[in-house]
Amino acid sequence: MHRNAVAIVGAAETTELGVIPNMSQIQLHADAALNAIADAGLKLSDIDGIATAVETPQQIAHYLGITPTWVDGTSVGGCSFMLHVRHAAAAIEAGLCKTVLITHAESGKSMIGKQPRSTPADSLNGQFEAPFGVYGPPSMFPIPVLRYMKTHGITHEQIAMVAVVQREWAAKNPRATMKDPITVADVLNSRMIAYPFRLLQCCLVTDGGGALILTSADRAKDFPRKPVYILGTGESVETPMVSQMKTFDSSRAFKVAGPLAFKEAGIAHKDVDHVMIYDAFAHLPLYGLGDLGFMPHEETGQFIADGNTRPGGKLPLNTNGGGLSYMHSGMYGMYALQESVRQMRGIAPAQVPNAKISVCHGVGGMFAASGTIIFTNEK
Amino acid sequence: MAEPARAKPKPTPETQHFWDGTRAGELRLQRCDACANVYFPPRPFCPSCASRKVSVFNASGKGKLYSYVINHRPAAPGFTPPYAIAIVELDEGPRMMSNIIDCPQTPEALELDMKLEVAFEKLDDKITLPQFRPAKG
Repeated sequence: MHRNAVAIVGAAETTELGVIPNMSQIQLHADAALNAIADAGLKLSDIDGIATAVETPQQIAHYLGITPTWVDGTSVGGCSFMLHVRHAAAAIEAGLCKTVLITHAESGKSMIGKQPRSTPADSLNGQFEAPFGVYGPPSMFPIPVLRYMKTHGITHEQIAMVAVVQREWAAKNPRATMKDPITVADVLNSRMIAYPFRLLQCCLVTDGGGALILTSADRAKDFPRKPVYILGTGESVETPMVSQMKTFDSSRAFKVAGPLAFKEAGIAHKDVDHVMIYDAFAHLPLYGLGDLGFMPHEETGQFIADGNTRPGGKLPLNTNGGGLSYMHSGMYGMYALQESVRQMRGIAPAQVPNAKISVCHGVGGMFAASGTIIFTNEK
Repeated sequence: MAEPARAKPKPTPETQHFWDGTRAGELRLQRCDACANVYFPPRPFCPSCASRKVSVFNASGKGKLYSYVINHRPAAPGFTPPYAIAIVELDEGPRMMSNIIDCPQTPEALELDMKLEVAFEKLDDKITLPQFRPAKG
């Protein structure tokens, strides 16, 4: 894919975030989509490509009244939207479509019009994980943490600092769910969920959605918003079973997707002004910083504990407050993308001054999948 | 009202030998006849070299504690919290999820890399689960 050949020209979240008891899941998709289409100054009939996850593309296309010539239903968990961006950029460059709409929404809290997730007893997860007491992401996602800590010399206090720092960012964001300051002691004294993780190291559960509109860079200059160009992309998957990851001191899916995006972008880590690393749980930013090559894993905990990722730090990370404090409807990747786009447009509530390159890294499942998108506002 | 039951595996043609093994008190793994790779979960080909010539063998049942969580909430049906969900690294190489029995479910008692040995817990006439306990001696 060619650098900066495709741009984001529309981006919006649902009108409300948090608890939205008056909308079903597909209406949340529509609310985000209509906001993004308005943001781009387009009509529904201008959209000729559609991508979404969990809900099917046919469901969302029909509900919105769109007749697409390009469809992507990639559904690999919370980073599906990073993969959609990558696939859409390739499709636009190949001439398969001109204007792509990517939607996400989840009635994660209110559970209206949302199918419960299930694990069939004859699936591999159903046979070799479910019988041992895993029950939802909090019992699964932190399973690698103790090994990671032992291998890399990471402390409980350092991981607690991830939540503390992200709350500092959330305090600057009027739309964040949790804004009150917290301390390391608050985190380590919050109620136990799945040792070693406590409540404040686990993501929120909310309702909401978001949508993006992509088109070729040649057309992007004619749109009302400042174009945000796609500089580099990467994706991969590893395993749907956390127990079967190749190793717990690193994520193979991260280590494939991240470096692919950096190589495609042709940038070095020192060129990066802003980073989003999907934080369903507090250990993910450490894995991300290590596996994307910002620093050795051994240094990630101290790097965050030293304040390098907080407001005013040298590597602003998860500047919307993240899944821990901003919102998390279940598939948070869309909100990480939205924040990268806001930062590149220069309109984020906690704007990083003069930010020109943003790295947005997502996870799907429990390290099952990964997608990385690198954005820039300079062509 | 009966307590909600623990999730029970339903074997497939490719995994039946494993569940037949646990019912017989054996932990069965597979080894590739072509490249000697030992792998889990079960499948009738080698995920390393794609050979379909693979053999089932009885593993030693010995391993060590690779990582774990102690789950407090929400608890899975059939479990009383807090309980450890463990990843056991078998001496033969593969890792598998299990539980640690005959051991306090605490960070102090559950030391990473502690030696473990397999035990078998019968759920019903068809399904017996592999569990692990601290190795003796």
